[in-house]
Parts: sequence; structure tokens; C-alpha cells
Amino acid sequence: MHPPFSMVFLTTLIGAGQGLFLALFTGQIFSQFKLLQAHDSQFFVVGTAISIILLCLGLFSAFFHLGRPERAWRSAARWKTSWLSREIIALPTALGAVALYGLAHFLGYTEPLMITAGGTQIDLTILLGLLATITVYILFICTGMIYAGIKFLQEWHTPLTVINYTLLGTASGFTIATALAAYFATNESSLVPFYATWAIIFTLLALITRSASLIRNRFFIKPKSDMRSAIGINHKNIKQIAQGSMGGSFNTREYFHGKSEGFVNAMKIVFLVMVFAIPLVLLVFAFNLSGLIIPLVAVAVQYFGLMVERWVFFADANHPQNLYYQQIS
Amino acid sequence: MTQLALVIDLNVCVGCHACVTSCKQWNTSGLAGPMVDQNAYGEDPTGTFFNRVQSFEIGTYPQTETVHFPKSCLHCEEPPCVPVCPTGASYKREQDGIVLVDYDKCIGCAYCSWACPYGAREMDAQQRVMKKCTLCVDRIYDEALPEDERKPACVMSCPTSARLFGDVHDENSDVSKAIRERAGYQLMPEWGTKPANHYLPRRKTEITIHPDELERADNPLSKEERKQHNAPSTGPSLDDMTSW
Ligand code: SF4
Ligand code: SF4
Repeated sequence: MHPPFSMVFLTTLIGAGQGLFLALFTGQIFSQFKLLQAHDSQFFVVGTAISIILLCLGLFSAFFHLGRPERAWRSAARWKTSWLSREIIALPTALGAVALYGLAHFLGYTEPLMITAGGTQIDLTILLGLLATITVYILFICTGMIYAGIKFLQEWHTPLTVINYTLLGTASGFTIATALAAYFATNESSLVPFYATWAIIFTLLALITRSASLIRNRFFIKPKSDMRSAIGINHKNIKQIAQGSMGGSFNTREYFHGKSEGFVNAMKIVFLVMVFAIPLVLLVFAFNLSGLIIPLVAVAVQYFGLMVERWVFFADANHPQNLYYQQIS
Repeated sequence: MTQLALVIDLNVCVGCHACVTSCKQWNTSGLAGPMVDQNAYGEDPTGTFFNRVQSFEIGTYPQTETVHFPKSCLHCEEPPCVPVCPTGASYKREQDGIVLVDYDKCIGCAYCSWACPYGAREMDAQQRVMKKCTLCVDRIYDEALPEDERKPACVMSCPTSARLFGDVHDENSDVSKAIRERAGYQLMPEWGTKPANHYLPRRKTEITIHPDELERADNPLSKEERKQHNAPSTGPSLDDMTSW
């Protein structure tokens, strides 16, 4: 497939935004159960604001994918059958829920509404956070299923696609939270070790599942269609000599990335280094060295790495229609 | 239930592209148009087509054969392109099984084209909506046309009658008979899309010629005859040579 840049931006930005929210809420839960020192309420307000900005930027870039963005509202119509429609509903919903969560923190609605038997205080922010967590996971599933749901793209048609979207988004969100914690850190208290630990855990998990999908796509996929089934002629030696156009068509532009196999393979190495290797090393450093620079670099490297990862995700997928478009003339 | 479809005979298609041009002419000026042409006289001409003729070389030289292969939307009975559409712009008609796009609802997201394994859908670069074969839905029911012209433009134009049009669910229709009797098949059956359009395979054409058909015993033009005719004093007179 030809990697559409609007989709590369959309999926990486909303993934990071969702992950950042999950990081904030995880931190809050840990604090609430007294497993972690209390957060500065500013931390949640600023964090949620960044998460909202990321989600909005993602939504904004999605419009560039549409031929008729002015009609985008129509796309909520077929949520019963279309994962794309579901995502288009899930994205503003998650955005709204995260915004409510941030607003509750901003307005300081932290009076306990009830107290559990164990003495844990439940306030409005926790309830809204739970709601937002559900919407964020629904959004991850919808985003992943848009790709995993097309059975013709065998490279995508696997649960690993949804898992990777979720884990990569979560990992990048926790890395951003680490940088945020470094920004809010004082000499006495720092939340950096907490967020860095989780960022490392999610980055490692994502490394495992993303590598699994790379290996699956490289070694274990048998294309279901071939030239014989494409034109229905039972001969092993079929060569295209004309595809019905002299200067290419939508079919040649939309489904071919136009780069060599070597380039795609090189990009795979690049993203493995940028999404996993470098951020992991930097996050380990962030434990011991104070300062904002190291986690910020980790955020930037990982984000650009994720853009490369998404590019590869698209370029790696081989559409069966390509069988009909091997040779211009 | 009716399922209108095309049956394309690969045995007689000569790859002349008459169906391609008549499709474009009819549809660009009608309901489904305009179909953009960009750079038509430039280096990289490109544009929207609902139907394309592709050519394939089968075998290894010198044992090769060229197969011309017209390809358009197959109006699948289980169209994977329809449920994925977020707006409902892509739909399959109940009454005749034609798969259509409502240009006024389409947001141009291209998701349906990803979900078509045949590459039958093309995004129009000018109108920025998804387009594909309509089976000339604006011809086949047009009562202003004489009855034998209520067929898709491509079927009308094919000089070798390689394209048949009809209801593949009616077992007595010409198309059903052709599929049944001439081993009609579907493309990429492995995906379960159940294309309504079928293709008729190439057939080997053989005729048997006996030697006496090459050399007719009574051929007045044969060399042997001529020799006799020209033999001095024994041949016929010129007046008897009317068959020359
Ligand atoms: S050929 Fe493609 S566009 Fe046409 S009905 Fe089948 S899946 Fe849909
Ligand atoms: S391009 Fe148009 S017809 Fe195709 S899925 Fe998107 S909205 Fe539906």
C-alpha cells in the first residue's frame, strides 16, 4: 500500500494522546491507592491538555485523507458494519471524555464522593477517568480493526495489528508522561522512576508484539491469490504485458509505495532502533539523571520512529489487486 | 432475486478496447460522469475508467499465447466493499444486485477500494469521490431506448460479442447458459466475494483438413490440369475454357 501521510499522522498522534491519558490515569490510581506519592494537580491538567492537543491534531490530519472533508459528518452513519465509521464516532467521544477528566482536575473536583471499605477515596476525576479509559480502549480497537478487518490485506489481518496499535500508543504516551514528570520533578519528589518504569515495560511489550508481526509478515504469510486465480487461467507462467493505461492510474498510485525492497527493509531497522532501542536506553538513563533533556529526546526519537513504523506498516502490506497492475505496457 | 451481470468470453476478446472507449463515452457524459482525464496529451496521461482491458502473455516463447482480459467491477454477490463504507454511499441494489456509489454521500475516504480485491474502484481525481462500473444502470432501464439497446454500452460496442449481459440468477438466461455450457468461472474465488460477473475460458480451436481438400481432384486451376490444357492439339479450344 502507498502510505498516506494523513493516516501516518492520525494514528501516531492519537496513539500518543491516548497513551498519555492512560499514563496519567494510571499514575492517579496508584496515588489514590497510596502506592505512590500524590501528584501535583497541575500535572494532570497540563498532561490532559497535551493529550487533547495530540488527539485534536490527529483528528485534524484525518481530514486531509478525505476527498470530500466537508461531508465528514456523514461517516458516522454506518457504525453497525464499518470500523471506520466506528472510529469516527469513537475519536470525538474519547476526546470529550479525556477533556472532561482534565476539566474535573482543572476545577479541582477532588472531594471524595464515596469512600471504599479499604479507605480509598473515589472522586469525580476517578469516575470520569474510568469512563475515559473505556473510550480510549474502544478507540484503540476501532483504529486497529480498520486495518485488521480487511481480510485481503493479509499482513494486517491479524489480532497483532490491534495489539500493536494499542501497545505502541501506550508506550509513546508513557514516554511523554515521563518527560512531563521530569518537568514537574522537584528535589524532594520525582515521579520520573514510576513513569519511566511503565514506559520501559510497555516499550518492551510493544517490541515483542511488533517484532512478532514483522516475523509473521516476512516468513509466515502465504498469499492467497496469485496470477492464476486473478485471471482464472491455469498456467504457471503468466506475464502481464499491458494494464490498460499508459501513465498509471488510481490503482498504481494507491497500492504501490514505489520504493525498493531494500529501502523498506532499511526502514524496518530504522524504526526498530528509533522506537525501541534508543528510547529504552534513554529511559534507563532518565532514572538516574535528573533533567528534562533526556526524556524529551526520548519522546522525540520515539515519535519520529513511530512515524517510520507506520510508514512501514503501510508499505509492508501487499494488496491482491497489485496482481493486475504489474506492468504498465 | 435478480442479479444482473456481465459474462466475458476470453476466447473471442481481441483486445480492441472498444468497450473501454464506449464505456468512457457513455458514462462521462451521463449520470456517473464526469470521468476526469488528466494530462491527456502529456507524458503521463491518467484518468478514471470503469473498465480496462489488460493483456497477459501465457507460456514461454515461442509457446506463448496472448490473452486480453477486460476488467470492471464484478458486482459481487457478497461485496466486501459495501459494509466497510462509513457513509452508506456504497450500496448493493436489492432489485437487481448492481453495486453502486452514491456520489452525493461519498466522502472520498477510499476505504471501499482497499476492501475490493480486484482493484475495480477508482477515485476520481477531480470530483474526489469513488467511482466504478454502474452496469450502465442509466441505459438498461431507459424506455426511451429501443429494447435491444437497453444493454450496457460496452456490450453494445463489442465487435466480437465477447460481452454478454443478463441475469445470472435466471437459469434460462443466455448468460446462465453460457456459464453452464462453456465452463464460466469467477475471479479469485478464494475470497468468498462471489463475483456476479463470470469469464468464459479460452478454448482450443481445431479443424481437420483432409489432403483432398487441399488438392481438389477436379480443380480447373491446378497445374496438372493446365499442362494438359496447354498440350498442343489435344487441349480444348479456347471456347471451351469458360471456367478459366
Ligand atoms: S468487484 Fe470490487 S467493487 Fe465490485 S462489487 Fe466486488 S468487491 Fe465491490
Ligand atoms: S470512498 Fe466513498 S464509497 Fe468508498 S468507503 Fe469512502 S465514503 Fe464509502
